[in-house]
Amino acid sequence: MSLLELQNVTQRFGGLVAVDDVSATIAQGGVTAVIGPNGAGKTTLFNAISGFRTPSAGRVVFGGVDITGMAPERIAAIGLVRTFQLVQLFGELTAMENVKVGCHLHTRGDLLAAILRSPATRRSERQVEDDARKLLDFVGLTDVADVAASSLPYGQQRLLEIARALAAQPKLLLLDEPAAGLNSGETARLSATIREIAARGTTVLLIEHDMKLVMSTADRVIVLDFGRKIAEGTPDEVRDNPAVIAAYLGMPEGAA
Amino acid sequence: MTKSPTITFPDMTRRGLGALPWIAAAGVLAYAFFVGGYLTTVMSFALIYVVFVTGLNVFMGYAGQVSFGHNAFAALSGYTSAYLTTSHGFAPLPAFGAGLALALSCALIVGYPTLRLKGHYLAMATLAIGLIVYEVAVEWTSVTQGYMGISGIPPIGIAGYEITSERGQLAFLTVIVALATLVSWRIRESRFGRALSAVAGSEDAARALGISASRYKLSAFLASAAFAALAGSLFVHVVGFVSPEVYGLHMVVLAFTMLYVGGIGTIAGPFVGAVIISLLPEMFRQFKDYQDLAYGAALILLLIYAPRGLSTISSLFRRAAAKKAVVS
Ligand SMILES: Nc1ncnc2c1ncn2[C@@H]1O[C@H](COP(=O)(O)OP(=O)(O)OP(=O)(O)O)[C@@H](O)[C@H]1O
Ligand SMILES: [Mg+2]
Repeated sequence: MSLLELQNVTQRFGGLVAVDDVSATIAQGGVTAVIGPNGAGKTTLFNAISGFRTPSAGRVVFGGVDITGMAPERIAAIGLVRTFQLVQLFGELTAMENVKVGCHLHTRGDLLAAILRSPATRRSERQVEDDARKLLDFVGLTDVADVAASSLPYGQQRLLEIARALAAQPKLLLLDEPAAGLNSGETARLSATIREIAARGTTVLLIEHDMKLVMSTADRVIVLDFGRKIAEGTPDEVRDNPAVIAAYLGMPEGAA
Repeated sequence: MTKSPTITFPDMTRRGLGALPWIAAAGVLAYAFFVGGYLTTVMSFALIYVVFVTGLNVFMGYAGQVSFGHNAFAALSGYTSAYLTTSHGFAPLPAFGAGLALALSCALIVGYPTLRLKGHYLAMATLAIGLIVYEVAVEWTSVTQGYMGISGIPPIGIAGYEITSERGQLAFLTVIVALATLVSWRIRESRFGRALSAVAGSEDAARALGISASRYKLSAFLASAAFAALAGSLFVHVVGFVSPEVYGLHMVVLAFTMLYVGGIGTIAGPFVGAVIISLLPEMFRQFKDYQDLAYGAALILLLIYAPRGLSTISSLFRRAAAKKAVVS
């Protein structure tokens, strides 16, 4: 069954067509990678899917619901959660608190509940604490749970952003270059983490430059170039595709 | 084996240091209570400001927004209290209820359209509303009596018992401040408070996690307007008099100073800041002509040595200790 369907999605910025008539179907389960040279329109496509920018044309359908132009928070509420190419953590909050914020969607209670702090609210807070701790453990950040997010090294910040997104219990997780800035050890670990996320039932769509990560992690690959989809298939199929090789000519990260 | 004492000892001192600003401010309060007289009056004003600044802290410290016009909400509620109790024989509590409703309606009208937009529309709109309410207080003489103000406002009373003594008022205000601080603390430690911090940290990331930034900003704005309204009504009953100047722009300047000196975004900040800033002019009275200069110098020193506010003074010690530990 298809989880996400892109129908002729187009995004124009003045004269520039950043995403050009892209159609694709992401099935439920597994890991799909979106690759392409710098400026190919990958992040712009993510913005169109996650509601941060309404596409100029085309439709985005998620789980059978037309989400084109819907507000990001409503899209998140129906199970599509993204991370950002430039890490967007709540810097003043601790790692733990960041993940707790991620639990927002599956907990209840606003101002009044905060003031009254009933036994039910306390129970829910304890549950959130437990869930957050498990997620920090999952990405290996237990030791820095009480450290302010802004003082974490970059690699850990990226992992924290993933843990926080997972706390929202998404059906589809969009990761924008999760390996950017990671060393090779961290990247290998990240690959295993992403596979584990998929194994636990969350479908993953990721943008990635690191071809080694793509090859070892993705089940399917979509290739963008100048906003157009130029290829789609398994990592092996895509690697041998002449159009892809041509697009990546002179691109060192594509040579791998 | 030696691990546990080395961990618990600094932990305990840190907690002790964290309580230091609380203890100092509470000590001044207790002292004022026992000596009475002028200091009691100064502390009563300080406590009313604690309520006001606690509200501002929810909006500015927790949710990371800016408002220059919370004095308007204090004015709306304060004037409603003054008018209804003097001209229509209302008891203070129902009069405050009406004032609160008016202030919240006004906050909704200002906040709803502007908080949906990115940028500083709300800050500008609040600045405007502060000035408009001031003008109305001056011009609408049939209700507000213009610059003359409204006098003869009855003191606070609960169930027919009026609190007339200065000590009684100070005790009452202390209870209100304790409750306000409790509310502020509970907000901070809740799902609601986390959503506010998220909006303050990154609106995009908050929205990506399902938090409606505009809705939470509006909630925080309304909550903080309610604190401002309470402070505005408390003022008229404690002083017995109100005029437009009471809620002038200087109220905003003073509240901002208290918030930053006390520590924006912290729970103790409003209490510590309001007490210190209310006492500073009194302490520098002996400098006579140089009073303002000394006051200014003291503020600058505070902001240099405790840039995140006095209530974060413990983290200052922690940093110094950490540096020493690295050196040794
Ligand atoms: N808000 C915007 N306004 C105008 N042009 C934009 C905007 N956002 C992106 N673009 C342009 O759209 C094109 C695609 O950008 P995008 O960020 O989607 O590329 P990308 O594939 O994510 O690249 P990278 O690998 O460098 O992250 C680029 O030419 C970029 O300059
Ligand atoms: Mg990008």
